[in-house]
Amino acid sequence: MIEVDGLTVRYGGVTSLADMSLTFEQGTCGLIGPNGAGKTTFFNVLSGFVRPAAGTVRAFGTDLLAMAHFRRARWGVRRTFQTEQAIEELSVFDNVAMVHEHSGLGGKSRRGDVLDAIAFTGIDVDPESPEAKVRTLGAGQRRLVEVARAVVGRPRLVLLDEPAAGLPDEETSHLADVIRRIPERTGALVILVDHDMSLVSACCATTAVLDFGRLIASGPTAAVLRDDDVIRAYLGVDQ
Amino acid sequence: MRATLERASPVRAGRSLSRPQLIKAAITAALLLFVLLGLPQLMSLYYIDTMTQVAVYSMVAVGLGVLVGRVGLVSLGQVAVLAIGAWVAARLLFATTQPYPLVLLEAGLITMVLGVVIGLPALRLRGLYLALITLMLAGAITVVLATVNFPNGGHGFLGYNGSLVHIPPIRRPSIAASDPAYFRYSVVVAIVMFALVLAHIKTRPGRAWAAIRQSEPAALAAGINTWFYKLWAFALASFITGVAGGVLAGAVHYLYSIDFPTQDSITLLAVVLMGGVYSLWGAVVAALLYQFLPALLNNWGVSADWLIILFGVGVLQVLTTAPAGLADQVPRDLARLGRFLRRQATRQPAATQGSTK
Repeated sequence: MIEVDGLTVRYGGVTSLADMSLTFEQGTCGLIGPNGAGKTTFFNVLSGFVRPAAGTVRAFGTDLLAMAHFRRARWGVRRTFQTEQAIEELSVFDNVAMVHEHSGLGGKSRRGDVLDAIAFTGIDVDPESPEAKVRTLGAGQRRLVEVARAVVGRPRLVLLDEPAAGLPDEETSHLADVIRRIPERTGALVILVDHDMSLVSACCATTAVLDFGRLIASGPTAAVLRDDDVIRAYLGVDQ
Repeated sequence: MRATLERASPVRAGRSLSRPQLIKAAITAALLLFVLLGLPQLMSLYYIDTMTQVAVYSMVAVGLGVLVGRVGLVSLGQVAVLAIGAWVAARLLFATTQPYPLVLLEAGLITMVLGVVIGLPALRLRGLYLALITLMLAGAITVVLATVNFPNGGHGFLGYNGSLVHIPPIRRPSIAASDPAYFRYSVVVAIVMFALVLAHIKTRPGRAWAAIRQSEPAALAAGINTWFYKLWAFALASFITGVAGGVLAGAVHYLYSIDFPTQDSITLLAVVLMGGVYSLWGAVVAALLYQFLPALLNNWGVSADWLIILFGVGVLQVLTTAPAGLADQVPRDLARLGRFLRRQATRQPAATQGSTK
């Protein structure tokens, strides 16, 4: 469970997150809103890339903001990026193994854990010897490598930042299937940011909506997507 | 689509090598044996001394290659770091009777500590700003060295004898007193340093550096302590450059601060870019360009100053057509030429056959 209380982030004169208070309980939770609403800023606060002006974040009882950014990954905060960031020059195996070797889990289980994560995400490589370099893979596969990096070992909080951006329907549907299974497989809380409402609906039981840094709605996804304020601010009347 | 498989993952070290890797290893071993055993027999003392310098600067280049190619940190202070290594080694060689390998190790370690200090700005700076800071530091080191001078067997902490009489040469290891033997000794030290770099690249630090170079946020999100690994890169590069300085001290016998001008660090970066920052062979190519080419031109009576222009054109060529440097471009283009010639050769008999029918 993540409890966010009074979180405020300012870039100079611009307030990117304004007094955001919210609780993400369990499973896969959606976080939606128009561009510039503060979704990625929220992820950046959780990852430690941005220091908030005010507020607290407690994740499973731990004060997340008190941890150095690289220690948060070791603690179990994992994420993908809006612009996919799988390490091109390394193999699929090394990309995932790298996260494992910095998570403090020890080397004995590494190979098994890494192969499990790769098989779980269904990356199209030899499951016994995933030595293909990431640069040889297509966009959808690289997204899956990022997801495999996020779920390897013992993640506690998985932040997915527009993982389906630019993917064709077939790959998005596979990704949705993978995302849905993450909480069950790892026990982690997943927060999904995406503009694809069918993906959010398919994966998330609950959803929160940000607009200009303010939380304007949260609750069961179906109800949130019917909310008048959400339709006005983000989805539009055609929804 | 099933992506092509490349065997021998760094994490799975210890597995049997694939056929192309075995061939590559065999060629490398044969080449090294030739360099160690055959080359000194074929060359004059002038070129043997030159090749010793090539061995020294290949170490400096491989260290710079780690910073630039692996981590993406541009340092313009490596020649000054080399001077520190040479200074420390010279001082230790005059002041103590320690065995030469121990002196090299100490020179490497002391230079490493200083290199980490130089690397501290790298925790906050990248690109042009880091390059400028390291260049300024190199300038400062050059000024200090010009003031205190290199040790030449004198007394005191600095070991400098200002009277300029009876200056003893910097000693060499007893097993490598002659120039050919010292050349072999330098190559062996260089091989050890290259192996050290390879061991880093293929394991945990290499993966962390690859992540930092591509995306620091992605590296942090993977739990990599980026400042620690950046400093590690500076420490490794400085250690290797310090050892190279120690080898240089024995090679030249007498050291002068004028031999380490600040601008040489810029030329060094240029040749390292030309040679190729992503492969170890690139460092060898860089050292050949930096040391062998000027010696060759000198021998032919051509001014080595022309090389500044040549290196400028070379860097332009490499940056526009081959970012991985000559070490990657030349074998690739030679293979392409080979394929073209084979195609021509098979086409010609077919054409001849066709015309006779």
